[in-house]
Amino acid sequence: MNKIANKQIICDVLMEHAKDDKDVVVLCSDSRGSSSMTPFADNFPAQFVETGIAEQNLVSIAAGMAACGKKPYVASPACFLSTRSMEQGKVDVAYSHTNVKLIGVSGGVSYGALGMTHHSAQDIATMGSIPGMRVYLPSDRHQTRKLTEALLADTDPAYIRTGRNPVEDVYEEGNVPFEMDKATVVCDGTDITIIACGEMVLAAKQAAQLLAAEGISARVLDMYCIKPLDEAAIVKAAQETKAIITIEEHGPIGGLAGLVAQVVMTSHPVKMAMMTLPDAPCVAGKSQEIFDHYGLNAAGIVAKAKELV
Amino acid sequence: MNLKAKSFQIRQDVLDMIYRAKAGHIGGDFSVCDVLVTLYYHVMNVGPDKVNDPNRDRFILSKGHSVESLYCILADCGFFPKSDLETFSQYNSKYIGHPNNKINGIEMNSGSLGHGLPVAVGMALAGKMDNAPYRVYTVMGDGELAEGSVWEGAMAGGHYKLDNLTAIVDRNRLQISGCTEDVMHHDSLDERFGSFGWHVIHAEGNNIDSLIAAFDEAKATKGMPAMIIADTTKGCGVSFMENKAAWHHKVPSAVEYEQGMAELKAKEAAANE
Repeated sequence: MNKIANKQIICDVLMEHAKDDKDVVVLCSDSRGSSSMTPFADNFPAQFVETGIAEQNLVSIAAGMAACGKKPYVASPACFLSTRSMEQGKVDVAYSHTNVKLIGVSGGVSYGALGMTHHSAQDIATMGSIPGMRVYLPSDRHQTRKLTEALLADTDPAYIRTGRNPVEDVYEEGNVPFEMDKATVVCDGTDITIIACGEMVLAAKQAAQLLAAEGISARVLDMYCIKPLDEAAIVKAAQETKAIITIEEHGPIGGLAGLVAQVVMTSHPVKMAMMTLPDAPCVAGKSQEIFDHYGLNAAGIVAKAKELV
Repeated sequence: MNLKAKSFQIRQDVLDMIYRAKAGHIGGDFSVCDVLVTLYYHVMNVGPDKVNDPNRDRFILSKGHSVESLYCILADCGFFPKSDLETFSQYNSKYIGHPNNKINGIEMNSGSLGHGLPVAVGMALAGKMDNAPYRVYTVMGDGELAEGSVWEGAMAGGHYKLDNLTAIVDRNRLQISGCTEDVMHHDSLDERFGSFGWHVIHAEGNNIDSLIAAFDEAKATKGMPAMIIADTTKGCGVSFMENKAAWHHKVPSAVEYEQGMAELKAKEAAANE
């Protein structure tokens, strides 16, 4: 079992770059511990800014720093970053086009029993609706590393959601296919395509293995790039497989499901099933317990796939 | 340069622009005009030849709805041709009703209130990190001070002792619904900002000499940011607009335009004598 959370990988990569680039800075809102940024704060105190529990200020300060040449990485719980400071993300980051990367940590239902205040099952919808704001939900630590490296090389605004806990690897170390803004084909298939993002990619991969044993060939797309969405991969899936399932750790409105459906319905309509969290406060529990409660797991995907194929 | 005369010339340009476009926030434009004239023609190290100079001073118009005064000053300073402003608020123009950093000389977009101070704090922090010589300025409205994010920014500015940062409050005591003190009172600003770690300076905000003294004092302040409370008159310069909340964003009629222009020309001439 992997013991490293995706957010911790982001800190590792930023520290590797901060050594040689003093413009790489990290900002936290009393969130250095929860976002795994304590090592950065300890090792690069001159490149770390603490704003206290003030997420609006956090994002605006980052934007001001970016406007003066810094490369700010803002690390704060996704639930607050994607709602409390949404307007700062809209105006100071996206509209003013500042080179700020917003890292929403402990996203989705990672905070489990802490309740809806701490869930961010709406962040794809809120942040994705902002013109000029990119949205990424990496699946495992290896992909998170590749994504962070890619983001360090560009100057456009982005929102990245990671979970709270270590997750099983989807990819093998040393063999991590990654092309920026292109969905990763986790496994190919001809009967059905499962399009997943974030922590749901692993469930999709497991489902494909279960389906294979039952003679159903499933393609799995890791759509870590929610915006810009890899539309070509979706069209290709619609043309080459008979049905599409989307699965995400997000509510039903404005998430991966709707974005994929827009592409499918306007290009090559096929049957679809959309697996999401409810448009309601989620039950209490650990992430996996919550996923299981709503059928967001390999068994749930297999059942849906059989209905469709 | 005769800054007093300049401020009345700029007000004429603003009146022209708003009358032509039939849009704009003339009351706040006129109250903040002297602050902006003092900053752009006397205080700040900025200019069309310095827009990419990393050491240029930074300015954010947090009360973005007073953009008409800023546009007229930027055009007058040569950041873009004055004729560009004929498109103000028209179809497909980049000269919209709030600051837009696609325009030469504008650093950050604004328009939603309560953003300028926190962004300016970020700019000042970056300057401190780089040991850069530039200073950061932002102008807020007094109605804007009801935004909570202003106080988050004030907290951080004081905490990080940002003596390269000067904020100005255009204290005209009127907002769209009426008197600021009736809408949400802001008296005791000295104590409020002082307790957040700011050096508070008072200025007569429509008096160039008083403003220059305030900016000098701000620059000389070490170990803390400076907050200039600039007591101004909304609509300053045109008698029938002064201290009238209705002129927050009213567009003058033809008669009002002629009368306002005559008053401003007379004041410019008097300042030049």
